[in-house]
Order: sequence, then C-alpha cells, then structure tokens
Amino acid sequence: MADPMRIRAQAAGDKVTVRVLMSHEMETGQRKDSAGKVIPAWFIQEVTATHNGKPVLTAEWGPSVAKNPFLQFVIKGGKAGDKVAITWVDNKGDKRTDEATVS
Amino acid sequence: MHTRREMLARSAKVAGLLAAAGFLPMSALAAWPQAAFDAKNMADAVKALGGTSAPAESKDVTITGPDIAENGAVVPVGVATTLPGVKRLLLLVEKNPSVLAAVFDVTDSVEANLNTRVKMGQSSNVFAVAMMNDGKVLYASKEIKVTLGGCGG
Repeated sequence: MADPMRIRAQAAGDKVTVRVLMSHEMETGQRKDSAGKVIPAWFIQEVTATHNGKPVLTAEWGPSVAKNPFLQFVIKGGKAGDKVAITWVDNKGDKRTDEATVS
Repeated sequence: MHTRREMLARSAKVAGLLAAAGFLPMSALAAWPQAAFDAKNMADAVKALGGTSAPAESKDVTITGPDIAENGAVVPVGVATTLPGVKRLLLLVEKNPSVLAAVFDVTDSVEANLNTRVKMGQSSNVFAVAMMNDGKVLYASKEIKVTLGGCGG
C-alpha cells in the first residue's frame, strides 16, 4: 500500500478548510525511461471525500495532475472534532483511505 | 504520532464504513470518464461529461494561478465560482496531451472553490469550467507561461 496521505482540516467559523497531500507517482504514460521504453501510466483516477461519513466531494483526475497531488477544498457547516476521510483509487486499482479530525 | 498499525486499522474501518454506506470505490471507478479524458478540446470534454450547451465565457467563474510557472511539473491552480447550483467543476490545460486535467463533482456541502496542482507541458491557456445544474456551461481562462516543461523525460 502506498504511503499515507497528509490531511489537515482546520475549522474557521462554520467552514472547514481541508488540505490533502497524497503520495503518488502520477506517471502520465508519456515519458520514456533510459532504454527508450514508455513508462506505463500510473495515476490517481478518483478521489472521494467524506465528512462524518457523508460523501461531500468526488473528483476524477487525469494524468496531468501533478506528482504527489495536492487538493484543497472547503466544507460548509463543519466544526472542530468532525471527521474528514479521503479515499483515492488509482488506475491499477490500488486504493488508500485516510482520516483526519477537524481542529 | 500514529503508528502504522493504527493507521491500517483505521483505514480498514473507514473502508468498511464506506462499503456499508453503499459507496464502494471500485464500482465508482468503472464510471471514470475515459471519453472526457481523451477529448482534445474543451467542447468535446464537456460533451463527454453530459454537457448539452456550448461553453460560454463568464465572469462568475474564476481561475487562479501564477502568470509564469517556473516548473511545469507543479503548477498550483484554483477553480472557483460564486454561482449557486454548480454540478461540476472542470480544470483543463489546453496544450497538454490530455486536455482535461481534473473533474470535481461538488455537492451542496462543499464550496465551489478548489485548489490543486497540475503538470503543464508548455505555456498554455488553462480553463476553469463550471457545469451548472440547469445545463449551462460557463468557463474562465488564464494564460500560464511555463519556463520548464513538466512532461519531458
């Protein structure tokens, strides 16, 4: 399994700003290795975010999202102590879920 | 500091919760819009995602990013709109091999304001597209100059 995500969720008023840093190669399938062979594409295809178990955001990504992707979004109506969970699935079917508590 | 064991146990728990909520990531993966990511221009990408009207430029959609990106491998960009009733936000880079970079399906619980980082092969226009619930498709564009491409090897 891939390395854990770094999730920071901070409450300000009734809004929660969530910043996620995922650890992933995000190979485009366009690059070639030193032997001239194309490195196969390997990237995160889907990211889902849940707030206290309720899905709030889904993202579909292509290979042009940068390596070790960063995502920032704002949840309305959140407060400190809430749980925010992020799940990603890559094109090899690998997936990872991490959870953070809003501070 | 969490131990790895703790993290794994937690992950399993969250995955279980997701499954219980009828939300299995694998089933959603089949819905990855291949056609949209194969599209060569904005109109095709929007069409592949079920947009019916032609994209129109709008001041209510904003795209943020640097004017000049030193490193094309990591270009921070943000898409946002102030309009209510947004269904999807799209992020496109005009001159990348795959024009569509990211699709965000937003719900009412999330503000239509997202930031991420993309790769850019060369200087190009980037577009933020908002697909509204009423079928309207609005966009904003910004030119970002890249001094070092992000797609070379």
